[in-house]
Order: sequence, then C-alpha cells, then structure tokens
Amino acid sequence: MKKADWLIPAAAVVTAAIWCALLIFKPASAATANAGDYGDKVVVTVSGKEYAVYSLDSETDVVIPGARGLNNHLVIHDGEANVVEADCPDKLCVHQKAISKDGDLIVCLPNEVVIEIVHGEEGDYDAVAN
Amino acid sequence: MQLQTKRLARLAVFTALAMILSWIESQLPNFFPYPGMKLGLTNLVVVFSLYGTGKSDAAFINLVRIFLSGILFGNPYSIAYSLAGGVLSFASMLAFRKTGLFSVYGVSMAGGIFHNVGQILVAVILIHNDKIFHYMPILIVTGCITGFFIGFLSDEVLRRIKFRG
Repeated sequence: MKKADWLIPAAAVVTAAIWCALLIFKPASAATANAGDYGDKVVVTVSGKEYAVYSLDSETDVVIPGARGLNNHLVIHDGEANVVEADCPDKLCVHQKAISKDGDLIVCLPNEVVIEIVHGEEGDYDAVAN
Repeated sequence: MQLQTKRLARLAVFTALAMILSWIESQLPNFFPYPGMKLGLTNLVVVFSLYGTGKSDAAFINLVRIFLSGILFGNPYSIAYSLAGGVLSFASMLAFRKTGLFSVYGVSMAGGIFHNVGQILVAVILIHNDKIFHYMPILIVTGCITGFFIGFLSDEVLRRIKFRG
C-alpha cells in the first residue's frame, strides 16, 4: 500500500462520521427527540407516499401492498415493528432487525416500502398529516 | 489477428470467472441484511483486469457480467442497482488510478465506496424516499473495507500472474 492510499479510508471515516452527526443532530425532530430515543409511531411509506401511520404501542398485524403487487407483512408487537414475511426476491427486509428507536428504518427496495420509527407530536410527518 | 483471438479468449475467460464469483456471492448468506452491502467479489476480476490487461477489457467485463449475473441470479431491479454501482465504481477507479497517487489498494477502496454510493442514489431515485440516505455512512465504511479486501486479493494475484499481449 502507498501512503496516499490511507487517505481513502481516512476520508471515508470522516465523511461517515460527519454524515452520522448530521443525522443525529438533525433539526427535524430535534425539539422533542434525538436519534436513539424510543419513538412512538410507525410510518409506512410506499413509493415515496405515506401509506399508513401506526402507533408503536399497538398490536398491529397488516399486509402492506408494495409496488408491483408484492407485499410486506408488518407486525407491531411489544413496542417493536418488524417485517416477518415478504414477497420480494431478496428478503432483506425480513432479515433486518425489528425496529423501535427514533429514526430506525426497515427498507424493502424491490417493493419500494420504507418503514420508519418517528417520535412525538412535533415530527415533520405530523405537519404533513395534519 | 492473433492478438484479436487472444483478447477474445481472455475476455471470455475473465467474464466467466466474474460470473462464477457472482454465483458464489449470491450463495453466501446475508451477513448484513441491508440493501447494497455486498462483498463485491466480482470486482476482483474487474480490478485485476484493469491493472493486468487495461481499461477497455475491464469495462467490457464489468458491463457484461452485470447484465449476465442480473439475468441469471437477480432480477431487473438488481440490474439497475448493479449497473449504477458498477458504472460509478468503475469511473471512480479509472479517475483514482489516473492520478498516479494510489496503489491497487486505494483504487479498489475508492471503487468499493463509490459502488455503494451509486446503489444508494439509485435506491433514492427508484423508491422516491430520501430516508435511504441514512444508510450512507455505514455503506461508505463497508464499501471501504470490502474494497480493501478486494485490493489485497488483486495485489496478490497481480504479483503472481504476468500478462503478455
């Protein structure tokens, strides 16, 4: 390895760190919460449009119709949201861990489904929903 | 004429090798179940060919293996992701190599990082959801790590195999 090669991992780590810092201290929901706090709502987005909002405290068991007629089976139980089953080819969404903290995501790329944990009343999603 | 035939044979063998690595990778369990996180074993053939036989060979192998492995082991959407990752990664490797500052390690790490950046960009466009950008930090770091690993393998292979013609 040449000396200059070390610039690349160094740049990668610095970029990743700055990116993380920006995400954590993002102003959007900063008034009430920081990433890592427990969120209380589960926002489901399909193809960029908000599909449904569930309470994280609820016991929910729904099938979300994703893009191209493929489905994701979402279960909210014990304050955690999890995709337990899906028709997508890669099943990455099923393998992703259950989410419960503010800002956590489960993404299913083939079905264009994004499931996100959002905290509190002042979140920007509420502004849109109201 | 003889050179042409030789090149044809070499491209065929390399492309086949890339396909085999693609298949091996598709059989591996998902260590990290997040979109875009891959070992990038096939990039070994691309990096190796870029240094061993030149950029036009490498570009050819890269494009052909993306379409073939997409058809064989993936789906139309995985081709879109691989193509964006593959093209951006290749362009960045050419640019980093051209500076002359970096060894095969640096070039391969840049390739790994930009591969993942390309995939995230396609994901954001296809899904219309910029939340996907949340994955950027982890994908930049993993791209760098897998790029290092591929750079190491390429370096070892390049030291042992010399090309003529």
